[in-house]
Amino acid sequence: MALRLRSSTSKSNFLNILRYNNLGFGTASHAARHLRTHDPTLLRVSQNPISRFCNTMAEKLSSVGENEDANAQVMDFPGGKVAFTPEIQFISESSKERVPCYRVLDDNGQLITNSHFVQVSEEVAVKMYSDMVTLQIMDNIFYEAQRQGRLSFYATTIGEEAINIASAAALSPQDVIFPQYREPGVLLWRGFTLQEFANQCFGNKSDNGKGRQMPVHYGSNKLNYFTVSATIATQLPNAVGAAYSLKMDKKDACAVTYFGDGGSSEGDFHAALNFAAVMEAPVLFICRNNGWAISTPTSDQFRSDGLVVKGRAYGIRSIRVDGNDALAMYSAVHTAREMAISEERPILIEALTYRVGHHSTSDDSTRYRSADEIEWWNKARNPLSRFRTWIESSGWWSDEEESDLRSRVKKEMLEALRVAEKTEKPNLENMFSDVYDVPPLNLREQERQVRQTIKSHPQDYPSDVPL
Amino acid sequence: MLGILRQRAIDGGLAASTLRRTRSALVSARSYAAGAKEMTVRDALNSAIDEEMSADPKVFVMGEEVGQYQGAYKITKGLLEKYGPERVYDTPITEAGFTGIGVGAAYAGLKPVVEFMTFNFSMQAIDHIINSAAKSNYMSAGQINVPIVFRGPNGAAAGVGAQHSQCYAAWYASVPGLKVLAPYSAEDARGLLKAAIRDPDPVVFLENELLYGESFPISEEALDSSFCLPIGKAKIEREGKDVTIVTFSKMVGFALKAAEKLAEEGISAEVINLRSIRPLDRATINASVRKTSRLVTVEEGFPQHGVCAEICASVVEESFSYLDAPVERIAGADVPMPYAANLERLALPQVEDIVRAAKRACYRSK
Repeated sequence: MALRLRSSTSKSNFLNILRYNNLGFGTASHAARHLRTHDPTLLRVSQNPISRFCNTMAEKLSSVGENEDANAQVMDFPGGKVAFTPEIQFISESSKERVPCYRVLDDNGQLITNSHFVQVSEEVAVKMYSDMVTLQIMDNIFYEAQRQGRLSFYATTIGEEAINIASAAALSPQDVIFPQYREPGVLLWRGFTLQEFANQCFGNKSDNGKGRQMPVHYGSNKLNYFTVSATIATQLPNAVGAAYSLKMDKKDACAVTYFGDGGSSEGDFHAALNFAAVMEAPVLFICRNNGWAISTPTSDQFRSDGLVVKGRAYGIRSIRVDGNDALAMYSAVHTAREMAISEERPILIEALTYRVGHHSTSDDSTRYRSADEIEWWNKARNPLSRFRTWIESSGWWSDEEESDLRSRVKKEMLEALRVAEKTEKPNLENMFSDVYDVPPLNLREQERQVRQTIKSHPQDYPSDVPL
Repeated sequence: MLGILRQRAIDGGLAASTLRRTRSALVSARSYAAGAKEMTVRDALNSAIDEEMSADPKVFVMGEEVGQYQGAYKITKGLLEKYGPERVYDTPITEAGFTGIGVGAAYAGLKPVVEFMTFNFSMQAIDHIINSAAKSNYMSAGQINVPIVFRGPNGAAAGVGAQHSQCYAAWYASVPGLKVLAPYSAEDARGLLKAAIRDPDPVVFLENELLYGESFPISEEALDSSFCLPIGKAKIEREGKDVTIVTFSKMVGFALKAAEKLAEEGISAEVINLRSIRPLDRATINASVRKTSRLVTVEEGFPQHGVCAEICASVVEESFSYLDAPVERIAGADVPMPYAANLERLALPQVEDIVRAAKRACYRSK
C-alpha cells in the first residue's frame, strides 16, 4: 500500500476501498459492504461513485523498483491486479479430471463412511420418502390418463423425484420458487393437494389457474411457487429480480430457480448468472442435468464439464451433486440456502440425474435412445429405492408402510382424477378477466357482445360450457 | 422590468383571444405571459420519476447508464445521488437480462421502471415483455401481477439509421395485457408517467428523443406531486369542425402546425393527441369524426399493420355513415430508415404531407 493519507473518517475509508481493490476483488459493492459492516451510518451513496472509479485506475505499485525481477511486477488493469507471465499459456478447455460429484448414499442406499451431510429427522425423512412415492404414483396415473385420452398433455418427473422433494424439504416456505416445468414435487412438498394437481390438468372450474394453461403449468401464490411459464430459462432472470427484491426488503428468504441442461444454453442463463453475481442476489440456481433436452443429448448441448464449471466464469460458488441421492441433495440445498442468504450471493447447484420418462406425452424417447439405457436408470439408479434403503436401515420405514402408502395414494389419486374430470369447466367470464388488473372498457364490451351473440345463436354455443 | 412583463401580458392576452384553444404549439407558448411556467419534456419525466420514487419506496429505476452517467439522455439525472445505487441500478449490457430481472422483481412486489436506451433494443428483451410480463396476470389467473414500466425513446431521431429509428407503438399495442402510452407535451409526460408507475399492469411508455429538449407550458396543477393523467383518454389539442387529425407523440406537434396552415386556407382541423395507444380512446376519436366527417391519421412508424390502420378500422366500423371522405393514413415510408439526411426527411411524415392529406379529405385537391 503506497498511499499514505492523513487519517480522517472519509479518507481512511477511501484507503480501505483501495485496500479492498488491491486484494483483487475490485467490485464497488464489495468495498461498500466493507464500509457497511464497519459503519452502518456511512452513506453507501457517496462512497460507491468513488470506489467504482477506483477500479478503472491503472496503477503500478510504487514499491516495485525498476531493478526488480520482471516476473514479480503486477499491473492494475480495470478490474484489479493481474500478475504477468512470460510463458505463452492457454487455459485448457477442460481440466484433467471432471469436477467430483457430492453423494452421501451409495448405489445401494448405504451411507458412505466419513460423509458430511445435514442430519434429517425421522419425520422429515419419512415425509420426503412418502412425497417421492406420491409424486411417482401421480406421474404414472396422469401419464396413463393422457394415453387414455382423458388429458390433453402431461410431462412426468420420473427419475428426478429426489431433486424435487429433497430440495423442497431443505427450503423454507418463504423461499420463492421459479420452476421450469419438471418440479411439481416442490409444490407437492409445500402442500398442493392431488386434487389441485388434477384440477389444473383438467382446466376445470376449481383450478386456481382458472383453466388458462396447459396441464403441468401449475402455480400457487399461497405456496410461493410461481406459475410455470413454458418459455425456457426465462424464469432465471426473473428469479434474480425476485431475489433482489427479497434482499432489499431484508427478508430471511431466497429465490430458488430450477432449469435443465438444455435451459443453460439460453441467453437468459448467461444474463441471469452474470447479473446475480454482480447484484449479489440471494438466489439458488438448481440445474437438473438429466442428460437430455427432448432428443438433444448433453454432448450436443455444451462442451464444458457440465454446468458446475460455468459458475466460476460468473464468479458464482458452485457444487455438483448426485441428484438421485435425496440425502446429498437435501444437504447441498440446505447449505447453499444458508450461504445465499447470509452472504448475499448466488449459488449454482448442478444435480446430475437422468430423465427416465419421455420429455412429455408428445415425445417417444425410444426413438433417440435405447430402451436398455432407460431401463437401467429406472431400476439400478432409482432415487426412491436408494432412499428407501436408508430410511429402512434407520428403522423409520417398513414393507407394510410401503404397501399401505402406495395403495392409499393410488386410491386418492384415482379419486382426484375422477372428481376433476367431472367438475365443470370455468365459465365464460373467465375468458376476459385478469388480462389487466381492472377489466378495461373494450374487454367489457367484447364480453357483452359475445353474450348477446350466444343469446341470438344458442345452437352455435357448446351446451356443456357454463356461461 | 415590470413594465416589460406587463407589455408581454397584454400581447399574450391578444394572442390568446385569437388562438384561444390552441395549446402547446411553441409559438403560442412564447406569447403566453409571465405566470405560465414552462418545462422541458426531459425535466417533466425526471420530476415524475423523482416524485414517484419519493412517494413509494418500492419504485426503483434500472437500465444502462441510468445511474452514474445520469441517464443516456439525462432523464434520470440526479436520481442516483438522491436515492442511492440500490434504487437507481446501472445494469450490465443485457436487455434480456435486466428486463427479465425487472419482471422478476415486479413479481416479488417491487415496482421497477426499466429504461431501454431506445426501444429498438427492447427487441432483445421482447420475450420477457410479452411472455413474462404482459401475459402473466392472465396465465396465472390473477396470482401474479407485474407493476412494471418499460420506458425509453421510441421512433425516429435524427440521423441514427435503420436499427435506431423504428417505432414500436403498433407492435406493443397489439398485445393484450400491456398498456401502451405515448406522451407529447411536458404535461403528458408527467401525468402519464406518474400514472404508469402507479398502474398495477405492465406499461410500455414510448417517449421521443427529439421531444426531450422541447419546452412546453405547464400548469400549476400539473406540477403538483399528486398529478396524474387517466390512461386510455385521448386529448383534443385543438378543436375544429372540418377534419379530424389523429396522432401521437412528435407528430402531434406536426399536426398542430398543419392545423395552423390549414386554418389560413379556411379549413378548421381538430387535432387529437392519442396519449394512450392501448387502450385506444375509440370513443373520443369516433365522436370527433362524427362531428367533422373526415379522418386523417398520422404516425411515424411503418404503414402496414400500424396504429393508423387500427384507428381507420375503428372509425370505418363504428362511424361509417358519418364519413364524407375516405379515411386518410399517413405513415413513415415502408423502408428501413435511411441515414442520409435528405432521405430521412423523405421517409418521415412532414407538415406538408399532413396538410395535403387534410385537403384531400376536404376535396380541396387531388
